[in-house]
Parts: sequence; structure tokens; C-alpha cells
Amino acid sequence: MALLSGSGGHGYELKQSLEHRFGSLLPALNSGQIYSTLARLERDGLVEGDAVAGDARGKRRYRLTDAGRKVLDAWVGEPVPGARLKDEFFVKFVIATSAGLADPRALVEAQRTEYLQSLRDLDSRLAETGPSSTAELLIEGAVLHLKADLEWLDLIEQRLAPAGVPA
Amino acid sequence: MSVLLDARHVVKRYDGGDPSTPALAGVDVRLDRGEFVAVMGPSGCGKSTMLTILAGLDRPTDGEVWFDGRRIDRLGETELAKLRRRRIGFVFQSFNLLPTLSVAENVELPLLLVGQRRGTARRTAAALLEDLGVAERRRAAPGRLSGGQQQRVALARALANDPDLVLADEPTGNLDSRSTRDVLGLLRAAHRRGRTLLVATHDARVAAAADRILRMSDGRIVEGRVLGDARPVRLPFDPDPLP
Repeated sequence: MALLSGSGGHGYELKQSLEHRFGSLLPALNSGQIYSTLARLERDGLVEGDAVAGDARGKRRYRLTDAGRKVLDAWVGEPVPGARLKDEFFVKFVIATSAGLADPRALVEAQRTEYLQSLRDLDSRLAETGPSSTAELLIEGAVLHLKADLEWLDLIEQRLAPAGVPA
Repeated sequence: MSVLLDARHVVKRYDGGDPSTPALAGVDVRLDRGEFVAVMGPSGCGKSTMLTILAGLDRPTDGEVWFDGRRIDRLGETELAKLRRRRIGFVFQSFNLLPTLSVAENVELPLLLVGQRRGTARRTAAALLEDLGVAERRRAAPGRLSGGQQQRVALARALANDPDLVLADEPTGNLDSRSTRDVLGLLRAAHRRGRTLLVATHDARVAAAADRILRMSDGRIVEGRVLGDARPVRLPFDPDPLP
């Protein structure tokens, strides 16, 4: 909808624009998904499509309706949730240690190596990134999250019983 | 790979300290030439003590320190000073620049101390400051510079005599994230040019730039970890300039 908020566009233009900006974030888009989404938005009165004059294939040009603009503004104005309580490592840690499948220290150790390696990967990627690009911002954010994750591993390790002593 | 630095079972007890908990309780470290190694660990774990002993700034109570095939922990003060000036660079968290000298003079000093002519020292210092991006502040007093700029000058000073080994104790400890990134880039560049680096740091980002990370606890090295080459990072979108 944000892509339509300017001068509107055809389904095909939307597909190209999405692929350009979020190419590897989204699973491969097929045109069908774009058109079915547009049809659903039109049914709900959020977008309007007009047939393009003289186009035999029934190409339609879509634009936002007033109701669509309100929904879009509400989405933009609403902050995203702050608490990140879903953590893949935590799930694995709890399941594996409570079922006795792994030594908790070994899990923390292996994860620490992975986080440090990821920091190295990101910093190296950052060196190729021009200043003030969206990529730089995203990577800097990921670096800060990784540093917090590493501190969190330290905390988990401190809470574990000393090595060799049953908890 | 040839060994540049080899510390064997180094113990350090300070006068008046608790004899049962020495600052260093038997540390073995070996650095190959060209390695970049980080040391992490909580405050008081012995990182700084280890660095000062490896740099020949202090002497161990027990154990041996070998630098490029030569035992240095028993060297006389004059010999040790000569070795430090020519072959070992040291970077401190608090920069330790001489406040009464200009930025350029701070970098020229180690060159003059090894007997370089004034003109040569001036040219070498100017080139280093240029490389590290602080050339335009060369006439300023160090205190007028930002922390990030002062640490660049300190790095220029440490690199002035083209040392084999650069030791850095929390080099980014007083810096914001932007300056941390810059200083890290400069350490990486020194490593690429063949310097051997040993960096004590709290900052995981700095440690992750090293090829090997040691962890210290209570005066001992408790773990060594080797990182691989950086893996490619796929961004979830094509980067755009910011609006």
C-alpha cells in the first residue's frame, strides 16, 4: 500500500519494486500473489483499480482510496513492538538442557562462537558499505543486537551451576 | 609461521597483594608473527598486567618472556627501553599523549628517540598522521582533539618506528561507536600490513576482528577461540542511500 501511496501503479510495477527493495527478504514473489492481494484490497475498499484504456490484457492501474490511506497512516503511526521475547537459541537451550540432550555450557560456548563470528562477518560487510546507506544502519543495528546477545550468554553462563557441580 | 612472542608460565605478584591470588597465575601466550589476537575478560582478570609485562613495561615475578627468540624479562633497563622503542608499540585506553607537545611532536618523539634526524622524523610523522586522518590537527595540543582523534594520534605514535608487535589495552574503551569503528579499521589495516597485534578489550566487536580470542579469568587464560574468515552477509534488500 505504501508503494501505491504516491501516484499508484500496475501490479507488475509493484512486483518489480518489491523485488528490488526486499528481494532476498521475501520468498520469491509470483505475480499471482500480487494480483490476489490487490484484488482483496480492492474488495475491502482500500485500493481502486481502473482498467488501462486500450490494453487488451486487462491491465489495471491501482491507487489508494481514502479508507486505504487511513489504514496505511495507522500502520505507519503505530510503533512496532519493542520486546523481543522470541529467541531461537533460548528455545533450543531450554529444550535441549531440560531433556538432558546437551551440556548447557557447551551450548553457550558454541553459540558464543557463532555470535562472535557473525560480528566479524557484519563488520567485514560494513567495510564494503558506503556511509549513510540503509545497509549501514541495518548492519549497525544487527551489531548492537549481537553485542547484547553475547552479554546475555555471559549472564546465562553465570547463572549455571559451576562446572562439575550438579545444579 | 615463526613465533614472535612467547610467554611461558608468567606469574605476577604485586608487593602487598594477597599472595594466594596473584595478578597473573601462570600465563602461557604464544603469538605467531602476523597474528591478530584479542584478550577478553572481566575487569581485574589480569589483562592489563599481562600486556605491560609482554611489552617489557613491567617484569614478571616468575616465568619467562621471549621476544623474537630472545629472552627479555631479564634484560637490563637500557636494553629493554631500546627494544620497546624500536620493536614494540603500545596503545593505552586513556591515550597517554604528552599534553605539552603538539600532535605532530607526540608522533615525532619516538622517532627522535631512536636517533632519526629531525627532518626525517617530521616527514614520517606527517605521513602517518595523514594515513590516520588527523593531519589537519597536527599543530594542535592533544587535549583539543576528540577522543577518537587522540586515539588515532596514539596509534600513529605506536606505529612510528614500524614495530613488529603492537599491544593495545582497551584502545576503544573511551570511544563512541563511530570512533570505535574507525580505530578498529586502523588496527585491521596495521594487521594487513604485517604487524602482530595483541589487543585487550571488553568490546566483542573489537575482539571479533581478531583471528584468535583468548579469555582470561583470575589471572589465567581459560580459553582460546579461533575465528574463521568473514562469511558473506546477504542483506534482505538492495541497499539504498538514505533519503
